[in-house]
Amino acid sequence: MNDYGAVSASVETVPVANSSDVVTARQMVRTLAQRTGLSLVHQTKLVTAASELGRNMLIHGGGGVVRATTVADGGRSGIFVEFQDQGPGIPDIELALTDGWTSGNGMGLGLSGAKRLVDEFEIESGSGGTTVRIVKWGR
Amino acid sequence: MTTEGNTQLLVETLVAQRDDFLAQWTSTVGEDLQGRLSKAELGHELSELYEAILGALTASGLDGRGEHFAETRSLLIELSRNRARRGFTSTETARSVFALKEVLEPSLAGDEQGAQAYLQFARLLDDLGLLTTEAYIRTREEIISSQAEQLLELATPVVKLWDGVVGVPLVGTLDSARTQVVMEKLLQTLVDTNSTHAIIDITGVPTVDTQVAQHLLKTVVAARMMGAQCTISGIRPQIAQTIVALGIEFGDIPTNASLSDALRQALKEVALDADDDVRGLL
Repeated sequence: MNDYGAVSASVETVPVANSSDVVTARQMVRTLAQRTGLSLVHQTKLVTAASELGRNMLIHGGGGVVRATTVADGGRSGIFVEFQDQGPGIPDIELALTDGWTSGNGMGLGLSGAKRLVDEFEIESGSGGTTVRIVKWGR
Repeated sequence: MTTEGNTQLLVETLVAQRDDFLAQWTSTVGEDLQGRLSKAELGHELSELYEAILGALTASGLDGRGEHFAETRSLLIELSRNRARRGFTSTETARSVFALKEVLEPSLAGDEQGAQAYLQFARLLDDLGLLTTEAYIRTREEIISSQAEQLLELATPVVKLWDGVVGVPLVGTLDSARTQVVMEKLLQTLVDTNSTHAIIDITGVPTVDTQVAQHLLKTVVAARMMGAQCTISGIRPQIAQTIVALGIEFGDIPTNASLSDALRQALKEVALDADDDVRGLL
């Protein structure tokens, strides 16, 4: 993923420790997306992706931190969101990104679906935890 | 100068200037609360507290955690609960205790023994102030959790739209707890109203992710097992696109953009069913 300079110096941070924090994180991302002027469809896609990734982080990583900020590249602006946990990590990322594969009792579409909902998607995972970074551009 | 000596000095001062101290304390706290609590009520509260502190000091000294302070603690907890319920801030609540320090300071801080006694008494009041904050927060948490429960009940109505058709307008976030409430209520209403059609309207649900979709699907399957036709309405354009991108399949579950479309469809089916029933009888 390219290193986009943050437009606003402020990075919004929401710690996620329970399922109501996922809602808080989601609302934070929605507010940011609205302020940046993303269309309703893009807003909804980004917020849904944030919801999936936030919940994944909670269920599989035991909670973590969501950071979001506005980014710019050329004439376009977008939202960058990072999900970081200190969980056990994902043993097989390729498998985890397969539609319908689930380690719990979900639908198995969270991670792969989130990837399809955003424009850029990056995942890093090891024994020290998992970090997912996404960018959604406004058009 | 022993701790006993300090305690004795404190007790003497507190007894000798009881009326002065109480009046000052009441007026300091009263200013803080800006008349949101009646002077008589505040005066009564604080004089009770004053006597309790004085009694405990006389009996056992400055150990705020000791059993002689039990009455003081229960008075403070009661005071904090009241303040929390009536919308005062935790700072205002704790200040009710800390204000006594300001009142005592001029009378004690003059000489060395007085200053020492004052410091020890201040430490005791710090402990008691912290106790009010703790009790205040506990009360607020109780209020919040009872409100959350009420909200859960309020936010999930199941309404009869027509003979044989019930509707569930969902608003807000759909988590496991709410899904459970919705499902129970829907299934019970289906039985109670003898309905054959149910419409779940998600116009008020801002985010439909895989968890929400899974909960919706489960509810529909449960309703179907009871012989009811279940439709999901209120799928807005952005939600439809998101669901498709996520890869969620609703299978053969009928969905509609608006509640009115879903209702029209359900009414048609109810009428058809009635026709069939009539023919069956003939």
